[in-house]
Amino acid sequence: MVKRESQLTEKIDINMTPMIDIVFQLMAFFIMSLKIVQAEGDFDVRMPLGAAAAAAPDDQLVPPVRVRLSSNPDGSLAGIKMNDSPVSDFEELRKKVINLVGNDSGPNSIADKTEVELDCDYDLRYENVVRAITSVSGKVQGGEIVELIKKIKFTPPKKIN
Amino acid sequence: MARKKSRGPANTDIDMTPMIDMTFQLIAFFMFVINFTEAEQDERIQLPSSQLAKPTEGTIETPITLQLTNSGLVVYAGELVKVSDLRGYLEREKTAMIDADKEPTSATVIVRADGRAKTGEVQDIIKLCQEKGFERFALRAKYDEGH
Repeated sequence: MVKRESQLTEKIDINMTPMIDIVFQLMAFFIMSLKIVQAEGDFDVRMPLGAAAAAAPDDQLVPPVRVRLSSNPDGSLAGIKMNDSPVSDFEELRKKVINLVGNDSGPNSIADKTEVELDCDYDLRYENVVRAITSVSGKVQGGEIVELIKKIKFTPPKKIN
Repeated sequence: MARKKSRGPANTDIDMTPMIDMTFQLIAFFMFVINFTEAEQDERIQLPSSQLAKPTEGTIETPITLQLTNSGLVVYAGELVKVSDLRGYLEREKTAMIDADKEPTSATVIVRADGRAKTGEVQDIIKLCQEKGFERFALRAKYDEGH
């Protein structure tokens, strides 16, 4: 009885050093291998070779919307044209697309059948293309994305020599 | 002298519990946020931003990542290559896919192009991929909540 009491009151002395060593090593490993990734998203484009020729006889399709993006020699955007009529900026382009396809975005809607054909100058900065795709492919309404035209294709590249 | 000796070991008795608690919490936090997936993000590339570029759900089946830098070079598998040299690499990707009993059409080519790169070069890359039978493309952009 006396012996037991003395055992209980005796402080159990665990050696913490190895555990703390390992714990710190683990922490250092996780901190160093931490990579902060920025949120990225994709615009899915399906472009088989020779799709333009194959899609032509399909009369289900509404005629494609032609968006022409011309560039200045330095690569900045010179002008936007939608179906040969000039558009002042990407916001107006979006309004025109909404006028064209309406707000109906379900399957088999006009927006689903319409195709956008991007005709860009070779030197144009790529960010303008992404802005154009953003304008035609959807809008943000009350924090939610409303999809517009999803079918996007490019005209063949024009090499300036 | 005797007093000093008795004080010495008593002082080293620090309460480790809060520190270990915190350290374990930190470890748990870093374990959760760590991302081992090979997100191929090259700091040389400044992606264009778009508010519609929502992060993709799920994983892309057989992705081929091609990153186009500002200067018109392509980062492919960590190496800088010319656009014209890409044909050989894509051919290799294609044969690897056929060997694995997969159609080249099922692969997705992720195009991570710099916002300042020329559109024509992006189109050249897409054209090269099309010639090899790849037809699914994902144009990658940075998600931007702002404008």
